[in-house]
Amino acid sequence: MLLVVEQFLNGLQFGLLLFLLAAGLTLVFGIMDLVNLAHGSLYMMGAYFAATFAAWTGSFLLGALLALGATLVLGIVLEMSALRHLYGRDHLDHVLATFGLILFFNEAVRLIWGPAGLALPLPAWLTVPVPILPGIHYPAYRLAIIVVALLVALLLYLGVMRTRIGMLIRAGASNREMIGALGINIKLLYTLVFGLGAALAGLAGLMQAPILTVQIGMGENILILAFVIIVIGGIGSIRGAFLAAIFVGMIDTLGRAFLPNLLREVLSGAAASTAAPALSSMLIYLLMAIVLVVRPEGLFPASRR
Amino acid sequence: MKGLSVSKAVTALMLAGLVLLPLYSYLSGNIFILTLFTRIVILALAAASLNLIMGFGGMMSFGHAAYLGIGGYAVGMLAQEGVGSGFIQFPVALAASAVYALVIGALSLRTRGVYFIMITLAFAQMAYYVASGLARYGGDDGLTVYNRSDFSGLVNLSNRTQFYYLCLACLFGVIFLVWRIVNSRFGLVVQGLRSNEQRMQAIGFPAKRYQLACFVISGTMCGLAGALLANNTDFVSPAVMYWTRSGDLMVMVILGGMGTLFGPVMGAVVYLLLEEFLSQITEYWALIMGPLLLLIVLFGRGGIMGLLGRVGRG
Repeated sequence: MLLVVEQFLNGLQFGLLLFLLAAGLTLVFGIMDLVNLAHGSLYMMGAYFAATFAAWTGSFLLGALLALGATLVLGIVLEMSALRHLYGRDHLDHVLATFGLILFFNEAVRLIWGPAGLALPLPAWLTVPVPILPGIHYPAYRLAIIVVALLVALLLYLGVMRTRIGMLIRAGASNREMIGALGINIKLLYTLVFGLGAALAGLAGLMQAPILTVQIGMGENILILAFVIIVIGGIGSIRGAFLAAIFVGMIDTLGRAFLPNLLREVLSGAAASTAAPALSSMLIYLLMAIVLVVRPEGLFPASRR
Repeated sequence: MKGLSVSKAVTALMLAGLVLLPLYSYLSGNIFILTLFTRIVILALAAASLNLIMGFGGMMSFGHAAYLGIGGYAVGMLAQEGVGSGFIQFPVALAASAVYALVIGALSLRTRGVYFIMITLAFAQMAYYVASGLARYGGDDGLTVYNRSDFSGLVNLSNRTQFYYLCLACLFGVIFLVWRIVNSRFGLVVQGLRSNEQRMQAIGFPAKRYQLACFVISGTMCGLAGALLANNTDFVSPAVMYWTRSGDLMVMVILGGMGTLFGPVMGAVVYLLLEEFLSQITEYWALIMGPLLLLIVLFGRGGIMGLLGRVGRG
């Protein structure tokens, strides 16, 4: 029972984290029609910034805030210097150009921070276990991730659906020429959206940093997961990204936790322990294959496409 | 016409260079260059196979490195189980790649555009994880191939020159095949589907079936490259299937010129030589390579072949 609740919450936490990453990706794709492979690099930069700033300031929160700002600025600079010129180009061009950016970022990190990973230690008040149910404790930090991510998701929803900027963003997604003709500074809007996406990726990176090591290439595996999520959810749909992210997070975490035992019921011990890790890594991709067979446009296709 | 002749001249020069390379290596005593170019030729073969679906078929597969792994693992696993004959290993490598391509293609081709790019990517990652889970065959650490494929005296793969010429012959064979396919009725239908799928369907061509056939042919060709690559490095690991390797292959195709016969070969030669050259100058070669790719995308439309065409005309 304890294990089930704990793994369930872990799945939720991982799913929400994936949502932060996928939201930026799907926003940028839905609005600018840009496939950004370098999104994982922004996630990585968020983690590196947080580790560095936290070490400088001596405060985890201050470091996290500074890192958030730094990824926002980095995203804006990246958009204005390079990615802006890719709008309206073939998707293949996007893939290649942002592939080049990944190479660049990985190498730049190796040059600046060195090949060894960094650690981002948590402050004491975040490491205590919190009682959530009678007799069941859960780490405060993971709980904090869940709360922060849910808040961000809510803000994002309200921001996109209820504010003027959000209205412009949605309008830009459905018809970019028209909104430009109506006198909206579409370039600025795009830059803002990209910065927002970058900041979300950075937030995901810096929140994940204390749980895993901060290392080169950390953004790449999780980027593929984010892609799987937006494909399952329907590209350009934030709601789809949210649901798919939770779904994928749950399946991945619960699969890893319980599949080995389940397999042991049917297979011999040795065969189960070798097959389980591979099978649980594959589960999400199997899920995606099934979704695409049934609904090739994803579960919640954005109305535009 | 003059434009054509410039790119043709450069292509001919490059091909002559590839054919004569072992001679240069022998005369100068530089063995390293032969090893380097064996790798280049094998990856050029993989790029040429990708070009068939990407350049001519308009199917942007971002998971082509999976076939390198499948072909390689077929050789490696059979070698470990005591089947050393290349006459068994290579057909198995090709068949395994073909079956994988058939399954993946049938699922992936239900989607198009970005969805297609991403689903092929995800399937390749899946193959990567499967290989990582193969504890019997080394798992994450990979599998050493202690004996190269044995072709019972026909060719000796352990002989550098013979192996190089075998790879080169395979490359030329694949390019010849691509040329025949592209100019056949089948190839014309596939190219028509790239331009306008709806129209082709309206004429009455079963679009998916043609695309799937093309996808499988391309995957099988790349499986051959995988089998050769495992023999070249005497080693196969999940890393050959990692998605950055698929990205490398795409870069080679685009750099050389998508949808041209010899573009991918040119791309592979230039990309890998550039990588080699930059890594000799600085340890941080990707710091230059990354932005260079960005610039190529921004300013170099049509790749090297396109550039040569423009030089000829201008």
